[in-house]
Amino acid sequence: MTPNPYLFIVIFAGVALMFPLLPLALAWCWRRFFQPPKPGPDKNAIYECGVESIGDAQIQFRSQYYLYAIIFLIFDVEAIFLVPFAVAFSGLPVGAFIAVLVFLLLLIEGLIWAWGKGCLNWGSGRTGT
Amino acid sequence: MSESQIDEGLRAELQRQGVWVTSMQELYNWGRKNSIWPLQFGLACCAIEMIATAASRYDIARFGGEVFRPSPRQADLMIVAGTVTKKMAPQIVRLYNQMPDPKYVISMGACAISGGPFKQGYNVLKGIDRYIPVDVYIPGCPPRPEALLHAFMELQRKIDSQKLSGREKADFLKKEQPSEFPVPEFGEHDLNPPANKDVYQPPELERV
Repeated sequence: MTPNPYLFIVIFAGVALMFPLLPLALAWCWRRFFQPPKPGPDKNAIYECGVESIGDAQIQFRSQYYLYAIIFLIFDVEAIFLVPFAVAFSGLPVGAFIAVLVFLLLLIEGLIWAWGKGCLNWGSGRTGT
Repeated sequence: MSESQIDEGLRAELQRQGVWVTSMQELYNWGRKNSIWPLQFGLACCAIEMIATAASRYDIARFGGEVFRPSPRQADLMIVAGTVTKKMAPQIVRLYNQMPDPKYVISMGACAISGGPFKQGYNVLKGIDRYIPVDVYIPGCPPRPEALLHAFMELQRKIDSQKLSGREKADFLKKEQPSEFPVPEFGEHDLNPPANKDVYQPPELERV
């Protein structure tokens, strides 16, 4: 007689359930019979590096990082696309050429915009905010 | 070795027959003392010696203590390694409070014991035992890694001798024993209070 093939799934599920439940039950027994819990304001504090947290974590802050993201796209990601484009240039159909050109134009527009914002200035100049 | 609840003769006889007997207490303490996880923080030059103890030459891993935890929630042992400034004392007490029981403290070096060479300084705490209970003191300035290992072994001996039940059971198992101690606040000239009277009971000074 062969056992029901689903029996193994039942056994597997049982073991999977016991695996986390058994240590939890043991911990509960340990707490109940040996070690009384001793919670306190410090122990229950969320932040745990010795310094008390000030204020709320749910605050608004200015996102200035998007400028770096734009510059990164223009000077880094664009280069990655340009190299294979240059290699395969002579064999490309017109559609592909136009597609890449649109992509380049979009990024050049971003470059002009970033230029206008002043975030291409190096050093003491005002960086765009 | 811990004081066994099993008759030693019987245990030896059984062992000869290939039967190994133990008690819950022995098993618990054996596991505990061989996996002491210290809290990963250093305060001053003693911390360099503590790092050397954890590195390969002295290798605290031989005693099961190499797992330095960056969170007090996972740590068993606080090694107060270095000068405790008054600015730092509340943070240390708070970290100690955040450690789960059972927790132990090694006061490493002259500074952590008494303020050491900086004892006269206006900003130096004259011993961390003013605020939290210390299990092992290591003298030295700084103590060598061997000294820290010795303290570690002393702590293991202490853990091994702790009782699980009965009247003499370990403090952390007693309901009335506190697990948290009041965190001192910055006062105008000193920490407030300057010492926790429940923890710090220095011997009376006798002037002859």
